[in-house]
Amino acid sequence: MNEKYRVSSSPHIRDKIKSSNIMLMVVIGLLPATVFGIWNFRHENAWILVVVTTAAAVLSEYIYEKLMHKPITINDFSAVVTGLLLALNLPPTLPWWMGVLGSVFAIVVVKQLFGGLGQNFMNPALAARCFLLICFTGQMTSFVYDGVTGPTPLADLKAGEAVNTMDMLIGNIRGTIGETSVIAIMIGAMFLILMGVIDLTIPASYLISFVVFIVIFGGHGLDPQYITAHLCGGGLMLGAWFMATDYVTSPITTKGRILYGVCMGLLTGLFRLFGGSAEGVSYAIIISNLLVPLIEKITLPKPFGKGGER
Amino acid sequence: MGLLTFKGGIHPDDGKRFSKDQPIRPLLPEGDMIYPLSQHIGAPANPIVKKGDHVLKGQKIAEAGGFVSAPVYSSVSGTVKGMEQHFNPAGNKVECIVIENDGEYNEVDYGPVKPMEEMTSEEILEKIGDAGIVGMGGAGFPTRVKLSPKEPEKIDYIIANCAECEPYITADYRRMLENTSDLVSGMRVVLSLFPNAKGIFAVEDNKRDCISKLQEAVADEPRMDVKALVTKYPQGAERQLIYAVTKRAINSSMLPADAGCIVDNVETLIAIHNAVINGRPLTERVVTVSGDAVQNPGNFRVLLGTNHLNLIKAAGGFTEQPAKLISGGPMMGFAMVTPDAPVTKTSSAILAFKKDVVSRNPETACINCGRCVEVCPSRIIPSRLADYARRQDIDSFVAMNGLECVECGSCSYVCPAKRQLKQAIGSMRKTALANKRKK
Repeated sequence: MNEKYRVSSSPHIRDKIKSSNIMLMVVIGLLPATVFGIWNFRHENAWILVVVTTAAAVLSEYIYEKLMHKPITINDFSAVVTGLLLALNLPPTLPWWMGVLGSVFAIVVVKQLFGGLGQNFMNPALAARCFLLICFTGQMTSFVYDGVTGPTPLADLKAGEAVNTMDMLIGNIRGTIGETSVIAIMIGAMFLILMGVIDLTIPASYLISFVVFIVIFGGHGLDPQYITAHLCGGGLMLGAWFMATDYVTSPITTKGRILYGVCMGLLTGLFRLFGGSAEGVSYAIIISNLLVPLIEKITLPKPFGKGGER
Repeated sequence: MGLLTFKGGIHPDDGKRFSKDQPIRPLLPEGDMIYPLSQHIGAPANPIVKKGDHVLKGQKIAEAGGFVSAPVYSSVSGTVKGMEQHFNPAGNKVECIVIENDGEYNEVDYGPVKPMEEMTSEEILEKIGDAGIVGMGGAGFPTRVKLSPKEPEKIDYIIANCAECEPYITADYRRMLENTSDLVSGMRVVLSLFPNAKGIFAVEDNKRDCISKLQEAVADEPRMDVKALVTKYPQGAERQLIYAVTKRAINSSMLPADAGCIVDNVETLIAIHNAVINGRPLTERVVTVSGDAVQNPGNFRVLLGTNHLNLIKAAGGFTEQPAKLISGGPMMGFAMVTPDAPVTKTSSAILAFKKDVVSRNPETACINCGRCVEVCPSRIIPSRLADYARRQDIDSFVAMNGLECVECGSCSYVCPAKRQLKQAIGSMRKTALANKRKK
């Protein structure tokens, strides 16, 4: 019994949860929206775009790390999350190679060049979406449902036309693959909340401040039909529950997260009401991502014994 | 009654089921007794025996090396073998007095004990200091110094730290159940030093039996009360405990006395009782032997200086070769290089685990999830502080309140990326504190 034992600094026990479990749970949380999107856009063969875009994200992470002689981290599922999120943010008719290009941009440029997991200052999937939007504006803004190209309900809303909010809840409307069904998104979001992966702080502060903004500036006052249409339209729900809550690109403290949510709510309202396009969620989130260091600076917590104990 | 608590903290598996129902058993040591000269914070004790001297149980073998220091007593009778370098539980080779146990346990004649009522505060403090008592929960701060604040009349609360929030350890739990009256007596002694103080036994509510036992014991004590705390780690951390009980918060630059509080743990209060009421110096303590690699986990009353190998043997040995040994709790204890080390005044437990979860969980990249911030009882940002520590950026570390860390390890426990946050912050803190002292 005189052999030497392994030593390490305390604590000597660890919680079971790992980063890879968290990422896997996010993938599971995205599945309802993914499955619905693939079914909803079955005539457009949306499944091909989803599979190819996701695979391209994982593959580009693998190849980049291999070439750079870095440890391979595809087992942490973070590339799967990025690829899948990007796919859900693409119109179902987008050529598959554009999805691949987006994935490569997300993983290599936005994530790896800045130092890999945890170092990117923008949500890779959203940055890639904006990149594609700039490069391929036509294809990225052409929306089809049942073979008919036309405006999304959100564009109709902006044009002052009537929209069917029930359809927007269910999701049998035009839009990107994963954003149309509020119900499917909410099922996934509930799962993540129950599993403790996300909490209400960011989505609630985002959605509430957005509603306040459109009530004040939308010109329809408290009209529930108008508010519901705005909440269910476009990428707001997918963004608020799955992209604004991305750990890496959001503030680390609760206070910071509230402020960050408010920034996104106001920017989304601003872009939707006064911008050129009907949609504004992607830009609102990535601009708020850029504000995170400033937000953290002004929301530094007070330590215990200096006012932070309460 | 609402349960008292603080903000933050974690809920690890408490592991107390292994040993909580095992009554305290006295353990007679085998082999040589080893007494490190430094079992406390402050100056090491100075040996006053030499090789070949015959000593009795309860005989002083090293005297306090200064005001912040504590003497060391022999816990057996026997012959001094000399001074040796020996591993302490924390894995450092330290100067120790080694005594060959003659197995007779012939004790010093302590003489008549002066009743406490006839002693002055100074005499009581003298007695506590001379008995070699230090904070036995793990910190090892000399108790006499702790009990000598500038203005004793400004102390409002003496808090008995009965939280025992560290997983697996049940030593205090057994003490509370089996030595309730000694514990209350220890509190009575301390209260006699502080005319305006109330004595609070602060117990986590997973120890309901202790709460009712203590409530019964203090029913006729107008100056004492029992408070139930939420079961949560680190409920027993001094600052968090003071806040839970009094709603007074102190930071790293303040002392508990600044909030009118003094905190002592269970084992320490019992040692105070033994010193002042029975006139006995500190020569023993209760140690939990537990963990999934231990055959028969239990709680033992151990003579200080006993080799940990004795404890493992008394607990039936290992069920299989453990991967890790820990002295103290799994959250703040030390990983032992070898069990061939003596029980000291601050050894509350020895734990043996089949698996080393630390080496099985290599560090990965921070994903900024904020779990460390959520659980941090000091309300600081562990992940950022660990980054500053890695970059050796002391200025940012201090500016971001890195010195407020209590090194409870909740951040490392909860981190999904398995980062060694506490280790990074802890070592940076040491550097920063050393720099501060230099200035």
